[in-house]
Amino acid sequence: MSDINTISPHLKKRRRAEWLFRAYGLAAIIFCFLAVAVLFTSIISKGYTAFRQTHITLPVNFDASIIDPDGTKNVDTLMAADYQQLVKKALLDKLQIKPEDKPTRKRAMDLLSHSADTELRDLIIANPAIIGKTQDVSLTASDNVDAVLKGTIDRTVPEADRQISDQQLAWIDQFSKDGKITKDFNTKLFTAGASSQPETAGLWVAILGSFYMMLTVILIAVPLGIAAAIYLEEFAPKNRITDFIEVNVNNLAAVPSIVFGLLGLAIFINGFGLPRSASLVGGLVLSLMTLPTIIIATRAALGSIPPSIKEAALGVGASKMQMIFHHALPLAVPGILTGTIIGLVRALGETAPLLMIGMVAFIVDPPKSILEPATALPIQIYMWATSAERGFSERTGAATIVLLLFSFVMNAGAIYLRRKFERRW
Amino acid sequence: MDQKLANSMPRILAHDVNIYYGEKHAIKNLSVEIPDRAVSAFIGPSGCGKSTFLRSINRMNDTIASCRMTGEVLLDGKSIYAPDVDVVQLRSHVGMVFQKPNPFPKSIFENVAYGPRIHGLAKNKTDLEEMVVNSLKKASLFEEVKDRLNASGTGLSGGQQQRLCIARAIAVNPEVILMDEPCSALDPIATARIEELIDELKQNYCIIIVTHSMQQAARVSQRTAFFHLGTLVEYGETNDIFTSPKDKRTQDYITGRFG
Repeated sequence: MSDINTISPHLKKRRRAEWLFRAYGLAAIIFCFLAVAVLFTSIISKGYTAFRQTHITLPVNFDASIIDPDGTKNVDTLMAADYQQLVKKALLDKLQIKPEDKPTRKRAMDLLSHSADTELRDLIIANPAIIGKTQDVSLTASDNVDAVLKGTIDRTVPEADRQISDQQLAWIDQFSKDGKITKDFNTKLFTAGASSQPETAGLWVAILGSFYMMLTVILIAVPLGIAAAIYLEEFAPKNRITDFIEVNVNNLAAVPSIVFGLLGLAIFINGFGLPRSASLVGGLVLSLMTLPTIIIATRAALGSIPPSIKEAALGVGASKMQMIFHHALPLAVPGILTGTIIGLVRALGETAPLLMIGMVAFIVDPPKSILEPATALPIQIYMWATSAERGFSERTGAATIVLLLFSFVMNAGAIYLRRKFERRW
Repeated sequence: MDQKLANSMPRILAHDVNIYYGEKHAIKNLSVEIPDRAVSAFIGPSGCGKSTFLRSINRMNDTIASCRMTGEVLLDGKSIYAPDVDVVQLRSHVGMVFQKPNPFPKSIFENVAYGPRIHGLAKNKTDLEEMVVNSLKKASLFEEVKDRLNASGTGLSGGQQQRLCIARAIAVNPEVILMDEPCSALDPIATARIEELIDELKQNYCIIIVTHSMQQAARVSQRTAFFHLGTLVEYGETNDIFTSPKDKRTQDYITGRFG
């Protein structure tokens, strides 16, 4: 007979083991949280400054003799006018620099972005009525001015080693004192395409490219994947061929993504002659990559439907098709959605296969269709990360934040839809 | 009563049925005649093949890939395994109630309306509503749920769910209702209600019930079949089976010596 005392040593060991296991689990979770916290802090602290851009306000005289000497107000004339001269004049007048003093003039011009003239042009095109008037205009400051004001350029460094001269610093301080320097929301970051100057570089082409690719994946991979999964799970005869297909679908899910890129290059570009860098090709490659994920998730979701529900449907005389579409599929929707969106988010962040099909390109104009060249968000991050200018470093962080936001929105959508469609049985 | 049963035409006639699951020989040379408007009970130890045979009457075994069958099952003199028989059509004539209550995760109304809807039995909405109400009444569930027909069928109690499943089965106007241990997941009170219901339903339907409870078989059935190791050992009037079984195995089973 064992009394209560004889088992106590075992009990102690057992409790200890349980306590240890819990401690390991807790430690693992804390580690994960810390890692995520570090990741986010580093990305956000590096990237948040890029959402604000420095602007310098100058009184610009929209001289009719420079813009539109004949007074035609013809758009072509307005587009072709020498706005650079307006910028120069406004800046030199403001800083009281003689036009003959070429080195000083050049240093002054370096305060403003190279895009200042196009900003004036856009103003005139939008509202030709201001021709001939003088108006305060907020112009984008150059990358270096932005860096000084954001503290990334150290003023204490000797002038020779600094990217910005003492004179330029003095001008900046003067502008600041006069309240002519403002930090505004950086709309260019979202509306512009590629640019060699950070202050005029934006994500719009990448966002559009990623959007088109996601659309292609949703339109191609989702219906194909779900249809294939339904067939394999419910209709396919259980034989060797089905087993073989099943094993291969699972293997396909584990194929490195760059291999899909190679495949896309060989088939879609070299084989079908589709244009390089096009979001259609990117979308097709990502569809191939996402297909196995969707098939596996859908099959798992269908497989987890209680057989009793299927039997109930068949028992009242539903055909197999009715059983699937009236009962099994609606119940599997939460699982299918979860798997699909995980696949989509993975595709959204995918870089390697897109490099293979030439989506790493300098594209200024937003694509008008899925056949025109575009880039993708992760590719833009990669390209900016490899650029030298200071402004690109913070923009890399900002682009990462945007990409993560997209992923979060999609994940939140997945959770919302899952909750909405979830039913108990 | 004996006289009445003997006179009525057999609704279901099985002849020399053999069923295999892969290598396993689940039903061996079974032949049986099942009368209309009566309850026939299948009893026997677990794994004796009674559910397998039951499922062959509405071809639910078709859904199991490894299942193979020889022999004939006739419903009203027509083979249900003939090539021109549509399984969907057959199942609208031979309804089924399962062991575990399995209402669809939809409203009570939708559960019952599903069958008539897919078979196109109702001409319009009022027609459909009438069918649902009638079926619920026949399953003696209507009074309990009449105020919440749009509530989820899965929110009912176990006994109510099983009656909902019976209502769902009779909504498509079957002639035969197969019940595979319909009370095994229910408490005694719910079981009593289902048994009462079965007793009422036998006025209009041919009912076959698989049960593990010999008391239940004795209470609700007019005929009893005893299965053992895939063979039909004995089949006859319930009274005879329970009072004077001819086979020793039957006697051993009903007196509780095995199984």
